[in-house]
This record gives sequence, C-alpha cells and structure tokens, in this order.
Amino acid sequence: MSQQPYRSKLEGWGRFPVVDGLVLKSENLAAITERASLSRGLGRSYGDSSLPARADSPVADTTLADRLLGFDPASGLLRAEAGVSLLELNRVFLRRGWFVPVSPGTQFVTLGGMVASDVHGKNHHVDGCFGEHVRSLRLRVADSRIIECSDSLEQELFRATLGGMGLTGHVLEVEFQMRAIPTPWIWGESERIANLDAMVAGLKTAARDWPMTVGWVDCLARGAALGRGILMKGRWAEANEAPDKPPSLKRRFRVPFQFPSLALCKPSMKAFNLAYYWKHIQRVRHGIVHPDSFFYPLDILDDWNLIYGRRGFTQYQCVLPHADDNGPARRFLELFVSGGGMGFLCVIKDCGAEGKGMLSFPRPGMSIAMDFPIHPTKTPALVDRLNELVIAEGGRIYLTKDTFTRPEHFRAMEPRLDAFNAVRRKWDPQGRISSAQSVRLLGDHA
Amino acid sequence: MKAVLFGASKGMGRALARLLAARGAQLFLLEHQVEDLESSARDLEIRGAATPIKTAYCDLLQPATFGPALDQARRELGGFDTVVVTAGLFASQEKLENDPQLAAQLLAADFTNTVLFCEEARKRLLGGGGGTLCVFSSVAGERGRKPVILYGAAKAGLSRYLEGLDHKFRAQGLKTLCVKPGFVKTGMTVGLKPPPFAGTPDEVARRVLKAMDRGWPEVYVPAMWRWVMCVIRNLPRFVMRIIKF
Repeated sequence: MSQQPYRSKLEGWGRFPVVDGLVLKSENLAAITERASLSRGLGRSYGDSSLPARADSPVADTTLADRLLGFDPASGLLRAEAGVSLLELNRVFLRRGWFVPVSPGTQFVTLGGMVASDVHGKNHHVDGCFGEHVRSLRLRVADSRIIECSDSLEQELFRATLGGMGLTGHVLEVEFQMRAIPTPWIWGESERIANLDAMVAGLKTAARDWPMTVGWVDCLARGAALGRGILMKGRWAEANEAPDKPPSLKRRFRVPFQFPSLALCKPSMKAFNLAYYWKHIQRVRHGIVHPDSFFYPLDILDDWNLIYGRRGFTQYQCVLPHADDNGPARRFLELFVSGGGMGFLCVIKDCGAEGKGMLSFPRPGMSIAMDFPIHPTKTPALVDRLNELVIAEGGRIYLTKDTFTRPEHFRAMEPRLDAFNAVRRKWDPQGRISSAQSVRLLGDHA
Repeated sequence: MKAVLFGASKGMGRALARLLAARGAQLFLLEHQVEDLESSARDLEIRGAATPIKTAYCDLLQPATFGPALDQARRELGGFDTVVVTAGLFASQEKLENDPQLAAQLLAADFTNTVLFCEEARKRLLGGGGGTLCVFSSVAGERGRKPVILYGAAKAGLSRYLEGLDHKFRAQGLKTLCVKPGFVKTGMTVGLKPPPFAGTPDEVARRVLKAMDRGWPEVYVPAMWRWVMCVIRNLPRFVMRIIKF
C-alpha cells in the first residue's frame, strides 16, 4: 500500500509553479528511491527544485525516513537518514549541547535537502556551507546501485552531490560533524544601520569578532537611505551568561487562510519595512536571545507563504563579488527598487570562501536575498534584468530560491556547470534523475 | 519503565517509542521485518533509551511467535511492566472486497491474532504484578461505516475485548489502554486524502503517553476525534446510509 505512488499536488515554498505529481512515500527510503526520478523532503526550496520533470515520473518523499543511525558523543559525528528534519535534530540535540555546524534560516528542512542545497547560514564567513562538515553520504544512484561516497571515496560524486540539487542521486543517509556548544542560548547584538555603506562596513567589522552575522535591509528605502537596516550579530552564550533552563519550545501560529493578492501592495510593504526599522529604536541592543528567534524568526508562523496570496511568491538570491565602493550591491538594490520590485524581507550577508560543493552557491562577496510576490509578466522581466546585472558583476544565483532564471543566463554565471554536467552524465547516462528545474536550466529532457 | 513494543519501527509506534526513549525507558522491540530493526533500535538509543536495545522476531500473522518473543523480552529486560501494540494491517475497503484472501489475513491479524498476542502479554504482565497494556485499535470500530466495513469490524471486536480486559483485570493491577486513533498521517494512510482533524504521529504519541501515565482505559487521538465519533455514533441509520464517511 505505502509503496504505490499516489497523485498529489506538488509545489515549492513559493507556491509557484504547482504540478500534479506522483509521490512515493514510505519509511523504507531505499525501496522507494529505486523507482523515483527525484527525492524531495519538506519542499522548502522556493521554486521548481523539488518538482518532478514530468507529471508521470514519481518523486520520493523522504520525510518518513527520519531515523538517527549513529552518534558518537565524544566526537559529535552523527549519521542519520535523509528525511530527518532540522527541527527534530534541534529538539534532540540542542539541550544536550550539540548543534548542526551550519543552519539555514528555517528548521523545516531535511538533512537530504540541506545537502542538496548545500545550505549556508549566519556563520558562513567562518564555517562555510553545510557540505564542508559532511563526512560521507549514502546515495542511490541512477543505475539503482547504492554508493557510499566521501572525500576519499568517489570524491567527484560526493562533491557534485553537495549543492547538486538532488540531481546526482537520491541521498539516503548523511554523516556529518555536529558542533559542541557551551549552552543552547545565543548572546546577540543588533544595531540600526543608516545606509548601505555602513551596512557593508558593519558586516565586515562584525565578521572579525562574531561567528554569526546577518543584515536585514529595508529594500524600499531609496537615495541616501538605500540599504538601511538592522545588523544582527550573535555567538553561543557561555554558561555564566545564559539562563539555567534550556530554551522552551516556541509556540507556533498558523496563517489560517490564503491572503488576497492585494494584501501585499506597496503601502503595506512600506509600512512593514518602516515599522521593522524603527521598532529598533535604540541604535544598539544586546542580550540573551532564544535560539529559535535568532536562527528561525519566521518559523513561528506556520504556512507564512499563504500571506503572498494565490499567485505565490519567489525569492531572488544572488552573491555579488566584493568591491571597495560597494558598487555591485548598490546597483543591485537600485535596480530592484526601480524595477518595481517590492519585498518584505531582504537579507544581506557577507560570504566566506567557496566550498567544495561543485555547484554550491556561496562565493566570497555579498549575498542578497529578497522575497517578492509573483506577477505573471513583471516578475520574469525583473528577474531577467537582475540576472543580467549579476552576470555583469561576476556573481551568481542560488538555485534553491530560483523559479524564473533562463538557461542562457544560468550558464553565463556558472563556469562550473560543464564539470557538474560531466559528473551527472557519468553516473546517470540515461538521464533518469531530473527535476523541473533541471529541465528548465540544464537542458534535461522534459 | 521496562516496555515491550510490538510494531515500533513505523508510524505511531515509532513516535510513541521515541517519547518513551526520551524518558530513558528500557525498551525491547518486536517486529516481523528484522533486517531493518537494528536501525530503529539505534535511533531510539540515540534519543535516550537505555542501551543496548534488544530485539526479537515476532509476526502478527504467526501466533506461534508471540509467546517465545515475549519470553525472550522478559529474559532480556528482567521482566517488563508495559506492553505497547501498534502492529496491525490496513487496506482499503475496495481492495478487501475484491481480495478475500487479503480480507481473511487482515481480519485474522487485526482481531484474532492481536487478541491472542494480548492474551500472552496479559498473562506475563499479571505474573509480574501488573502494568500497562496499551493497544492501538481504531475509531473505525465505533460504527459500521462504508469506507471501513471489514477493517472496522475487526477493530470493533478488538476494542470490545480490550474493554473487557480492563473491567476484569484492573483490580489486579493491569491497566488496559485502548487507543482509538482517527485519521493520522502515517505511512499506512499515505495517498488517502486527509479529512479535517487529521493528526500527526507525534501529537498522537504525546496524548497516548499522557493516557498511559494517568491510567486511562481509553483515549481518542487526536482529542478532537472523541467529539467527532460522539456525533457519528449517534447518527440515525438513514443518515449513515446516505453519507460516504
């Protein structure tokens, strides 16, 4: 029963595009991946990364395969099935003094997804991507063999899989290094920043003293205020600073219904951005912060993607190489605002070194991410223009967030694509593993 | 707590086992698929169960395996005070109507054999001075409903049996808990359209644990199903004939 594929509406977090797909779902991940063309976890990638190439090619839903398979409390090495969620890992390990080495901005992701996206977090400038901390992977490759790969075993396959968007094989198990933490609380400091130059300078200075940094930018502010926002810094609190109790589970709230598309008009966004900025009335604030509020501020609202209404939304995230005058970031924000873009959330973060994932997103530079509602004609046009700018500046985009990029644009920003394609062809000559995104961007057969 | 879990490698059984593990309980796993059982045991150990967790082969379709498996559990654990049964079969009414063999198998597994297992477990629990026997039945046994006629009939019998056990043996220290899940999103119900008030294994497990702690004889999970079934039980027959539920 559980191993018969069933029809289900599939969508990413942005709720566009939507496909009527076939899903296989079972605790037995090894069994269902044998017949699947793609694996998908909690579906938190924004666009079409987790959607099948064709409506009749089954997708393996990994979320029931959520067992922890081995943990060494001396070294912190953890092995687990691909479907275990970050929420669950935090629930089990945070109070025992362990945390994942790299955390994205939501807990509703699976380990398999963290590998496929090679996720980065607030500590990228020191610790790199999640993939840097992965020791080995157990993969079901296209010819249905199960392969254990690592830096010393099938290295090429291993590195192509880190950030490979699930296109090299189905991740069955992940072994990675957890991090010992002094307490499960965060000591945080946040600062109101007047403009882009100050934000970039602030991020760079903070990077020297703080293991975790990120900036929120009011992406509707123009002119002299362009790039104003809040700079957030944090580190794990020491035992003498932190409360004695472990952090309680935060109560979550539901968004009860899909909002009308008009709810997100320019005035409401402007009001939100303004309020968020001026809520931070003191210039600098610091103190003990709940780890969930620090890492996952939006997780408190279940289904917050419904706020964007029927048409859904997308996120544009790119990384732009550093420049002394912050020109690339400035030109990017100016283009976004003048191009009719409007967003609630714009996150800016300085990235550290490029990782070993063959197609991994981050590289040294400034990463900028913004959410915006989808308009059927304006949004693809805006993404085109943003992509042209990113190509001109020598940057690149994050596939996990992408819905609208054209293949020629992607190729122009990804000199590493040929090497990645070669590994895919070697392990999957018949093209059995694919996604809607790989059809759109990599020329896979639909 | 020393608990024997029959069917803890999947779904609601897995979720409940994890909560018991987080309390540091001593667990013993019974399962018919033994290849993968070690992974489930490791999972529960990492989540806090006393180590090492031992396992034994036990098949709901083969009553001859029940006694020996429970005896092995008693030896390994040095006696036990809790038995949880989440093992069971499920198939859609349509499938069962078209496949008499499958129907016979399901009726045997979910009624006769589950009862036989409970008899073996009951004797051993009473022999050790009592304890908790927690068995997963279903709201499907509450009323004859079109989509679950055969499955519901087996579960109806099981619920009644468990009620009788509670009446007879509670005074001797055996607390029988009949769990009645409504629709829960597990591997068993994959592909079925979840109705309103569908639950998750985790929320089911939390409530079942509460019921075990407090010695309740019966619990609906998620809690809302108590009221849903209260309505269903009282619907007149002419309505039951019309509705699809």
